[in-house]
Amino acid sequence: MTIRVTMTVNGDELTADDVWEGESLLYVLRERLGLPGSKNACEQGECGSCTVLLGGEVVCACLVAAGQAEGADVVTVEGLGDGEQLATIQETFVESGAVQCGFCTPGLLVTAFDLLNRDPDPTDATIREALAGNLCRCTGYEKILDAVRLAATRQSSSA
Amino acid sequence: MTDVSTEVRTTTAGGVGESPFRPDGTFKVTGQFAYSSDLYMEGMLWGTTLRSPHPRARIASIDIGPALKVAGVSAVLTHDDVPGEKVYGLEIADQPVLAYDEVRYQGEPVAIVAADHPETARRAAALIVVDYQVVEPLSDPREAVGHPYWKPVHDEPGERTAMSRDKAPVHPEGNIVRHQRVRFGDPDAATADVVVHGDYEVGMQDQAFLGPESGLAVPGEDGGVDLYVATQWLHVDRRQMAGALRLPEDKIRLTLAGVGGAFGAREDLSMQVHACMLALQTGRPVKMVYSREESFFGHVHRHPALMRYEHGADRDGRLVYVRAHILLDGGAYTSSTPAVVGNASTLGIGPYDVPHVAMDCWGVYTNNPPCGAMRGFGAVQAAFGYESQMDKLAAAVGVSPVEIRMRNAMSEGSVLPTGQVIDSPAPVMELLRRLDAMPLPGAATDDIRLLPGGVSNTTHGEGVRRGVGYAVGIKNVGFSEGFDDFSTARVRLELMGDEPSVLVHTAAVEVGQGLVTVQAQIARSELGVERVTVAAADTQVGSGGSTSASRQTYVTGGAVRAACEAVRSELLERAAERYGPGEFRLVGGRLESTVDGVVGDIASLLVEGAVERTVEWRHRPTQPLDEATGRGDAHVQWAFCAHRAVVDVDVDLGLIRVVEMAAVQDVGKAMNPDAVLGQIHGGTAQGLGLAVMEEVQVVDGKLRNPSFTDYLIPTIMDMPPMRVEVLELADPHAPYGLRGVGEPPTISSTPAIVAAVRAASGIDLKRVPIRPEHLVLR
Repeated sequence: MTIRVTMTVNGDELTADDVWEGESLLYVLRERLGLPGSKNACEQGECGSCTVLLGGEVVCACLVAAGQAEGADVVTVEGLGDGEQLATIQETFVESGAVQCGFCTPGLLVTAFDLLNRDPDPTDATIREALAGNLCRCTGYEKILDAVRLAATRQSSSA
Repeated sequence: MTDVSTEVRTTTAGGVGESPFRPDGTFKVTGQFAYSSDLYMEGMLWGTTLRSPHPRARIASIDIGPALKVAGVSAVLTHDDVPGEKVYGLEIADQPVLAYDEVRYQGEPVAIVAADHPETARRAAALIVVDYQVVEPLSDPREAVGHPYWKPVHDEPGERTAMSRDKAPVHPEGNIVRHQRVRFGDPDAATADVVVHGDYEVGMQDQAFLGPESGLAVPGEDGGVDLYVATQWLHVDRRQMAGALRLPEDKIRLTLAGVGGAFGAREDLSMQVHACMLALQTGRPVKMVYSREESFFGHVHRHPALMRYEHGADRDGRLVYVRAHILLDGGAYTSSTPAVVGNASTLGIGPYDVPHVAMDCWGVYTNNPPCGAMRGFGAVQAAFGYESQMDKLAAAVGVSPVEIRMRNAMSEGSVLPTGQVIDSPAPVMELLRRLDAMPLPGAATDDIRLLPGGVSNTTHGEGVRRGVGYAVGIKNVGFSEGFDDFSTARVRLELMGDEPSVLVHTAAVEVGQGLVTVQAQIARSELGVERVTVAAADTQVGSGGSTSASRQTYVTGGAVRAACEAVRSELLERAAERYGPGEFRLVGGRLESTVDGVVGDIASLLVEGAVERTVEWRHRPTQPLDEATGRGDAHVQWAFCAHRAVVDVDVDLGLIRVVEMAAVQDVGKAMNPDAVLGQIHGGTAQGLGLAVMEEVQVVDGKLRNPSFTDYLIPTIMDMPPMRVEVLELADPHAPYGLRGVGEPPTISSTPAIVAAVRAASGIDLKRVPIRPEHLVLR
């Protein structure tokens, strides 16, 4: 049996048809709605590569059944910037060298974006705790910390 | 950074020695970068793989009938459907495309299915009936050596491939893939005042890249196939695919899709042939994406090692001899085991001067998961052994860990136990001196997040002891032992609009390390043009060689530079025709005469047409190793890194927190200083993982933890702050004086952490990864 799922993704109302009820939000975003930015690295909620905002909450899209997202407001990495301009955290990831293979990057960006919305001036320990659910295999996290610190500084100076 | 490297032109913005942003960075932060698992094509099918649940079994029969009946299934294929060679492999073709007669490891592919939905494919695969007659697996590598003909994993030898070295073994001795002896001086007669012994063990590590094995195969109208895939070496994939698919190589077109990390795990084929078989069979595009669990079965791992070392030294701690045995478990198929044995045996005493050496290193077949390439292979395992021994020797002699290493450090002009002379800087003493001079971190804080156990709230400081440990490592760069190791670059300089523009095209694979950035930097410096595009890597240009062995910046970087030089020669000929003879150079878009200064711009020289050159470039040749003595100038280049680890250990609970990692590495020339730091940070993290948490646990040939829930890699909470210093002592044999960067930081990280934990706990740890029970249940 299949279902129809309608949700607001990055501000646009989108509908997916013929969704098998076992599909995750991640699968629907990637394979049915043309938004492959959220990544599929473990599909059991351990790596954070598929992190999105669901109703303003940080979730692993792989652990959310597609049907649970019916009517919800979803923000993915594709929606962090405004289309023309990168979000500050996206800029600082590029500038700081926080991106190597980049597979973890979308999830880290969404998590860091959420952190800086909640806490514009986080300590290192707070950054580490907030990003603890996002695995990166390339960087050793040093430059990811740099990027988050730089984004915090840049956002507070422009605020 | 200390810069004593060869001078290059860096006046063109974004050139060599600068850290321009990655050209793919914006795509990666906006979700637009297309990884191999992101690909989509109208009408595509999903492929899946049925794998053996048994480490060893005879296959009596396979019934695909029930799977074929599932609605939505388009194809179900077995070994009978493999069009060409039924086995493939890097050096030795011994691994079945799909199992026939027998399965030799748990997870070996048996059948493949294509369907209209991935879940349909998975459910259909589960309906395939395979009649397995289970056989007791050979799971202990010591048995493989002790009784080479007992329970042989293979009935007959594999076949040599185009990649086989002269002396590539075709398992001449039953289960022994390769036995390399190294004999130097007179190790049988050597005696010493101070002797230390040790047995050491390294567990099986997984590369754990985040982007799963995946790709999209599209059948071509010419009967060929196009494959978009994440790999480490397009041309060697293609060669193996051509054999299996029985297609000429020019009908197999590979294009690199976005690669989500590699670390060695993409050197062997995974889904490449399977997806193409399904696409050719169905006439439709087929996408395959492994799940994380399947990924643990779908690629090779780092060889587990059992090692026995005996170090003899004089009373001052100066080494007299080293005797060592290293046993590497290669699992069911050859993969790169011969090269891993080569590295471990030739580098297995570490970066030290030792007059007498007897080293025996074996790689063996078992029915454990196949092991092959992972960052630093061979050198990582050995370093845990020899560095543990150096600490033991320091304690026996009564000097510090830094001092014992300084007294034995190799240097330029040192002779390896293979007889090869180190003919470029080997600043082992300088690395140690700088490491020792770095400030130590402050005492443990009362923030429980920074204590062992962290937010589990297991201690508030009671039972916590601090320890400091040191280690240094050595790694060969590039392919060794006589391999013809080359790369190809095509460089085109032309006008785009009115601006000069460079297109660099190679088949060299970007896996995240920043090769695309460096290729552009080289073109900018060599041609004086800022606008450079690096084309997608594909098989429309000659081989770039493997993205492994820390070799791409060296070899493909060398090829890009050589192609740029060829383009520049043509341009300077045009300049001489126009301006008369003289010495010219290309800088910042301008043509400069060494006599008259700026005489024109590069654009004006391109009005008569573009300049394009394709160049194949190779590093200096190497020699095979003598089987009995290990003599031979086998290596191209060596790279050195040293680490200091500071740890806090809860000695009551056996929990470890790494407080700080410090590293000093010589990179010859920092082509892109930010990317160099990224490699040192990331390599250190993988070494930390091996020290304290990462192990593929295998019991009787079966994996116990194929998931990120049960196979742990370091999180941002596990990784401490790092101090890094980079030396730039030019290697006169290498382009720009550069040294391979990627692997060395993984090598010394692990033993430094273990040394620190020993120092904190007082326990003689012999195995990595360290588990809590090693510290508290003795």
